[in-house]
Amino acid sequence: MSVLDVRGVRKQFDDHEVLRGVDLSIDKHEVVVLIGASGSGKSTLLRTINLIERVDDGQIVLNGDDITDPGMNADSARSRIGVVFQHFNLFPHLRVIDNITLAAREVHGMSKADATARAMELLVSLGLGDKARDYPDRLSGGQQQRVAIIRAVLTDPELLLLDEITSALDPQLVGEVLDLVRRLKTDGSTILMATHEMSFAREVADRIVFMQGGRIVEQGTPAQIFDSPQEPETVQFLSRVRH
Amino acid sequence: MSTSTSRPSWRPSELELSRRDVRRRATGRSVLIGIVSTIAFAAIVGLLVVNTPGWESVKASFFDFEVGAASVPSILVGLWLNIQVLFISAIGVAIFGTLLAVTRSLRGPVFFPLRAAATIYTDLFRGMPLLIVLYLVGFGLPALDIFPRMPAMFWGTIALILTYSAYVAEVLRAGMEAVHPSQRMAARSLGLSHAKTLRIVVIPQGVRKVVPALMNDFVSMQKDVGLISILGAVDAVRAAQIQVAQSYNFTPYVIAALLFVAMSWPMIRLTDWLTARLAKREQIGGVV
Repeated sequence: MSVLDVRGVRKQFDDHEVLRGVDLSIDKHEVVVLIGASGSGKSTLLRTINLIERVDDGQIVLNGDDITDPGMNADSARSRIGVVFQHFNLFPHLRVIDNITLAAREVHGMSKADATARAMELLVSLGLGDKARDYPDRLSGGQQQRVAIIRAVLTDPELLLLDEITSALDPQLVGEVLDLVRRLKTDGSTILMATHEMSFAREVADRIVFMQGGRIVEQGTPAQIFDSPQEPETVQFLSRVRH
Repeated sequence: MSTSTSRPSWRPSELELSRRDVRRRATGRSVLIGIVSTIAFAAIVGLLVVNTPGWESVKASFFDFEVGAASVPSILVGLWLNIQVLFISAIGVAIFGTLLAVTRSLRGPVFFPLRAAATIYTDLFRGMPLLIVLYLVGFGLPALDIFPRMPAMFWGTIALILTYSAYVAEVLRAGMEAVHPSQRMAARSLGLSHAKTLRIVVIPQGVRKVVPALMNDFVSMQKDVGLISILGAVDAVRAAQIQVAQSYNFTPYVIAALLFVAMSWPMIRLTDWLTARLAKREQIGGVV
């Protein structure tokens, strides 16, 4: 059974149809990368999966549970999905360690000691152990984004959504964030990510999904999509992003 | 860390030293002009007042040292009542004001009646003079004959809480709305409920943004506690009034005024200091 099943999802903002019937299924341990121009619907798709936006039609099924069902508790559905945003969105008034352990303590009922121990283990392994007591604004962008990723994965979410997590970073800070994503893949996380980093997409993805105009135009292995794209839109998009 | 206090690692150049010299001399000149003009202004105002035709009688009835000194103990006793009322009111306002602000920020059609009630409440109590609220609460509520007999200070405290909660709620709501929506989104994405998001993420950040405004409201309340005297509570104002009636001299009012200023002065300075510190932290303005 797949971890995520997106079936015919549609989303409209005023007169603008942002998602025009998207079907996408992700298996356990699979890393799926969404590519496409700005405005193609990548971010909106991620936001509907996390129930930040309500779908206007279709279904989203997480490990067998229809999370678009009105009877579904949205908070508990969200707590099963980890999300990392382009602009980190750490809580500036909380220390790094409290940012990371907040959901574990307040939503998952983990004891403060257990949550802190887990968080410290992750921080130390990433060389961020000495930052635990700092406030986020003392950290570099790359450090903040890695803290945001730890915050999202601390409670072992069934699915991890990464929304252009390197787009707001200086080029020399992108590497440390991508290293962490590689590690999550090795550890067996199920990941759906939107990115503009084509070489990274090619390296880390099990499957590439190309979106345009609110539809999935083409999907396949990195080799299929990057080396022999079938659809003219894909060819055109790739020729524009390649230097 | 301030750059002006930390010791630089280099020896300033001749150019920099001469610039500092020019600035120092300019500052010295400004300070001198400031002091001289202030003294001159104070002297002129003082002379004008002292030479008014009624000055002698005003001096006798408002600045009588003996009457003033004699009134201090009873006014201080009254001021203690003001301080108690202020303390309890501040706690009440913090609780009720936060509840109102949260109620006004509730979303969804289910909460429409609550939201509307909170809106009407804040509109009403921000528009009504505190004096009238005091009369209505202090004389109206007890007349309903459903409450046990309470001292005037009790009703005064209730009236203060009712009025100031409306102001504080609006300030808090502005602070909560100034918290970027992405913070709310991040909290909800972690699975936090609406209530927990407010309590842990939105309110703490919102309050920080409006601390100077909240403290300003507190300073304002510090003097408005004097109004409970109209209900008959023997506070500093009422104590001064009694002294005035006994001595046919207005000096006790001046004493009460000075004591109120003395009571609020630390808070006023603290507000200024805090506001300056917040401004400094943002630092974007540089030297402009």
